[in-house]
Amino acid sequence: MTDQLATTLVAERPRGLFGDAWHALRRRPLFWVSVSLIGLVLLMAAFPGLFSSADPNAADLSRSRGAPSARAWFGYDNQGYDVYARVVHGARASIVVGLLSTLGVVLVGATIGMLAGFYGGRLDAVVSRIADVFVGVPFVLGAIVILTTLNAGGDAGPARIVAQVVLSISVLSWPVAMRIMRSTAIAAKQQDYVKAARALGASSRRIIGKHLLPNCVAPVLVYSTIALGAFIGAEATLSYLGIGLRQPVVSWGVMINSAKDYLRVAPHALLFPAGFLTATVLAFVMLGDAVREALDPKLR
Amino acid sequence: MARARSTPRLVPAVVAVALAATACGSTDTPTGSNADAGITIFNTEPENPLVPGNTTEVGGSRVLDPLFTGLVEYRARDAQPVNAMAESIDTTDSKTFTVKIKKDWLFHDGSPVTAKSFVDAWNWTAYGPNGTQGASFFSQIEGYDAVHPKDPDGPDKPQAPPAPTAETMSGLAIVDDHTFTITLSEPFAVFPVTIGYEVFAPLPEVFFKDRAAFEGHPIGNGPFKFVSRTVGTDIKLTRNDDYKGDDKPKFKDLTLKVYQSRESAYADLVANNLDFMEELPPNALAGRQYETDLGDRVVQRETLNNQTIAFPFYLPPYDNVDLRRAISMAINREEITERIFEGTRKPADGWVHPLMKGYRPGQCGEYCTFDPDKAKAALAKSGYTGEIVLLSNTDGGHQEWAEAVVNSIKNTLGVQARFVPSTSFGEFRQKVNAHEMTGMYRAGWVADYPSIENWLTPLFRTGASSNDGLYSNPAFDAKLAEADKATSEDEAIELYLEAERIMAPDLPSIPLWTQNTIAGRSDRLKVANLDPFRTLDLFSVEVA
Amino acid sequence: MGRYVLRRLLQMVPVFVGTTFLIYVLVWAVPGDPFEGKCGERDCPASYITMMRERFNLDDPLLLQYWKYLVNLLQGDFGVTSSGVQVVDRIAATFPVTLRLALVALLVEAVIGITAGVVSGLRDRGFLDSLVLVSTLFLISIPVFVTGYAVQLVFGLQLGWIAPTVTTPTFGNLIVPGFVLASLSMAYVARLSRASIAENRRADYVRTALAKGLPTRRIVGVHLLRNSLIPVITFLGTDLGAFLGGAIVTEGIFNVPGVGGLVFRSILTKDGAMVTGVVTVLVLVYLLMTLLVDLLYAVLDPRIRYD
Repeated sequence: MTDQLATTLVAERPRGLFGDAWHALRRRPLFWVSVSLIGLVLLMAAFPGLFSSADPNAADLSRSRGAPSARAWFGYDNQGYDVYARVVHGARASIVVGLLSTLGVVLVGATIGMLAGFYGGRLDAVVSRIADVFVGVPFVLGAIVILTTLNAGGDAGPARIVAQVVLSISVLSWPVAMRIMRSTAIAAKQQDYVKAARALGASSRRIIGKHLLPNCVAPVLVYSTIALGAFIGAEATLSYLGIGLRQPVVSWGVMINSAKDYLRVAPHALLFPAGFLTATVLAFVMLGDAVREALDPKLR
Repeated sequence: MARARSTPRLVPAVVAVALAATACGSTDTPTGSNADAGITIFNTEPENPLVPGNTTEVGGSRVLDPLFTGLVEYRARDAQPVNAMAESIDTTDSKTFTVKIKKDWLFHDGSPVTAKSFVDAWNWTAYGPNGTQGASFFSQIEGYDAVHPKDPDGPDKPQAPPAPTAETMSGLAIVDDHTFTITLSEPFAVFPVTIGYEVFAPLPEVFFKDRAAFEGHPIGNGPFKFVSRTVGTDIKLTRNDDYKGDDKPKFKDLTLKVYQSRESAYADLVANNLDFMEELPPNALAGRQYETDLGDRVVQRETLNNQTIAFPFYLPPYDNVDLRRAISMAINREEITERIFEGTRKPADGWVHPLMKGYRPGQCGEYCTFDPDKAKAALAKSGYTGEIVLLSNTDGGHQEWAEAVVNSIKNTLGVQARFVPSTSFGEFRQKVNAHEMTGMYRAGWVADYPSIENWLTPLFRTGASSNDGLYSNPAFDAKLAEADKATSEDEAIELYLEAERIMAPDLPSIPLWTQNTIAGRSDRLKVANLDPFRTLDLFSVEVA
Repeated sequence: MGRYVLRRLLQMVPVFVGTTFLIYVLVWAVPGDPFEGKCGERDCPASYITMMRERFNLDDPLLLQYWKYLVNLLQGDFGVTSSGVQVVDRIAATFPVTLRLALVALLVEAVIGITAGVVSGLRDRGFLDSLVLVSTLFLISIPVFVTGYAVQLVFGLQLGWIAPTVTTPTFGNLIVPGFVLASLSMAYVARLSRASIAENRRADYVRTALAKGLPTRRIVGVHLLRNSLIPVITFLGTDLGAFLGGAIVTEGIFNVPGVGGLVFRSILTKDGAMVTGVVTVLVLVYLLMTLLVDLLYAVLDPRIRYD
């Protein structure tokens, strides 16, 4: 992997923060467990055909609620869909929602947070109050309100359904990333090297780009790894409530939603997507945990 | 006139079954029934103020129904109308009806029920500026247009509707304290059957004096009277011992408990914390789980509602008759009722409900029978190859079967078919009303009143109140008009059946199935029956 | 301190207005009519809709609508729902239940979370430490609705140990939903206290106390715990605010008649007056909670001073 290549090159010189962290990470079994889990899920999301040749949308009522067997490893659900095929194909929607939401939250939140932290003053005050507005609304409640409003549009294609969920998660979560970035930026701003750069006449753009950003990446990176897991869980919760993803999109949350009524007669239809969901969230949380410990020498 | 819900709703029902009087005064008799007991039944939060004319929704109806007794009520046994407060309803021309009401009936506050109680209540409900939900039920009475003028540009447009030119309908006239006449704008033979709905209930004088107080503490004339309401938790009623009706409830207190979900209510039912709930939730029906959970506490009966798929005739390709036939013949009703509904639905073979007087089997014929070959042939004839879309709300447990229907169509016809859920009933209904459907859609029907006519006219006659798909067939309309003017009931039934046959080849909607409702009772109740309108028949209840 | 509180209160005003406006717009400015679907499977009479639109000022421009709402709100009038129920009555009936549930959950998460965290933080990398680490990871990863269903199914329906739903919301009946609601935060509290204890164990003042020859029990009980739990307590404070508004899923599964269920049903039935009313209250509670937590922080940690 390229990571490995990078470390061998880096190892020649004195290690920086990330080299140091990488060095620490390599020795942690939890890190490897989570990385391989994530790798597997990503592969599933990218190339579902590698894992299952069955059509996730082929339903046959005659095999409704069939138990796991050699033909269908995870059995069939109430409609007679192949649970294994759907779990494999469902990875994509869950991962896409998680990734896009994280991307949105981090890009928007971090940019705003950096600017607010660096410039301070009135900009900071305004931005902080706006962030308070979105933080003040409880997450699930806010997402329900936003999604019911957006859902009123009716007949929506898969892209729009996914976009709606991503949007509502991002809108309600960016303040967290913004606050993290803001406080690190404020702390970094007072460091001597920044003061020195400023004294040497560096422009604001240069200070942010060259000095602040590299030093603020670590906390945001940790946050985004854990958030990615959390957002996948949030998607499942919203889909479970019936307002997140829905037909024709297949995701683990959608599967849990349609299997929850049949928990007692066809538990496999719920347990497998719930298991994959939990494992994936777990993998991201573990990775975030490991990265944080590696980046924070105090915790080592 | 017509209404039906995604959720079960209640229509007044009073049983006329003669029952051996079980006069047990003692509080706790292990063998006989306990006449002083209280029971708790399932309810949802009423969505409207507790006024009969202003509630057409189920949570409110379950409360108002025991509180009020109208002119006519429907028998729990066979849904046939019987006189309740009415002594007689007579007509010679099916246009003017003379109503005599029974004497000595009292409202719960002690004031007498008179002809005026009915006429005032009906006039109040119909009066436009009062903005009641039930107003349109009176539209057949002469003078309705004067008290309820049409809004020229629709309700959400700026222009206000014109002021009514009268405060009372000219078609209602009080003759004496216990007699009044109803004049309709057009003859309508079935009219006396239609007025069992609680919108037609009488209102006491105090209502017109202080409406807010009444809404907080409704006063009716029914077998139960209002005790208290804790919004969001429960409503308590108690037996009206001065009730003048033929039947008396055999228990004392009735608590209607508000549940947030059917699933949690079911959990309480299983644990005997709840005495009755109609319509068990999907997780109880799955794999017939309820049989293990409830054992002999299962209550079931065939009820007066059906499920259909309606077509938007304003939207191609659904105006293509061959496509409609292909879709209908591609739906495997047997398999879906068996697998998805666990046998709680019966495949339908026509539009008129099997419980209806005059029902004839097989009116839909081959078009309602699953036949992959004929379905494919019809599809080929239609020339349509695009995508078929089915829309439904999913908050009433419709997701499962809708998905199964779509899969059945897809697998049989080999075309693309897609189910489009909408999360709330309101949202879905709004699009149906506005004729903005983008595909065929779910339509359910609960009988307003037990007449064969109610399964045809409101749904399929040109311009009828619930003909949301804009179906129109002049031959069918003409046959209905002929039937409306029939002199005898038998003749009318025969003509309505002919009308059904005329419309059948058009398939204005796809009949899917009728319901066998599964309810459950607690160990405490010795007897608890369902009525044909999917609600607990309160008069049947006996507490151990 | 007084000036700080005043400044914070002033800062709340725009946040409060912003949040309520946001919710108001989302709820009322939806395309289509919020009163359709109130009359069953048929059209509502036009007169009914006209009256309702008038009652909720829907024919006014949006800003004017909101202004009217805000003015009423400031006079303590939360309005009436379309079913004629006073919004404030419903909030008064449901909020104490949610508060009770939140307190139970808070107690659960504090007792179990802190105990687990302290125990594992005091022992280095032992079996107990690993157990806490792994089980908290799991708790963080399982969505609340899965936990809720599992608990209800296993303990309520199959084993019959608990009532599957809450009939009367007493403290005792709320223990199980409280556990479910607290499960996620419990894990966070455990990890937070573990990290905090582990960090403070190496602090100079602990070393000094050890060197002075104080008994271990006194060192842990007085010095270590007191200092380590400051961030935990503030976390608990913020969490209480979150519990009060975020119990929609838990309340739904266990039929707890609290604010969460009320607001969820109101959103689905498009009961705009109720939704805006409840959210307004929740936002107020949240804002006051955060202020309280910040003040608590200063009280607990004398190094922090606000001016």
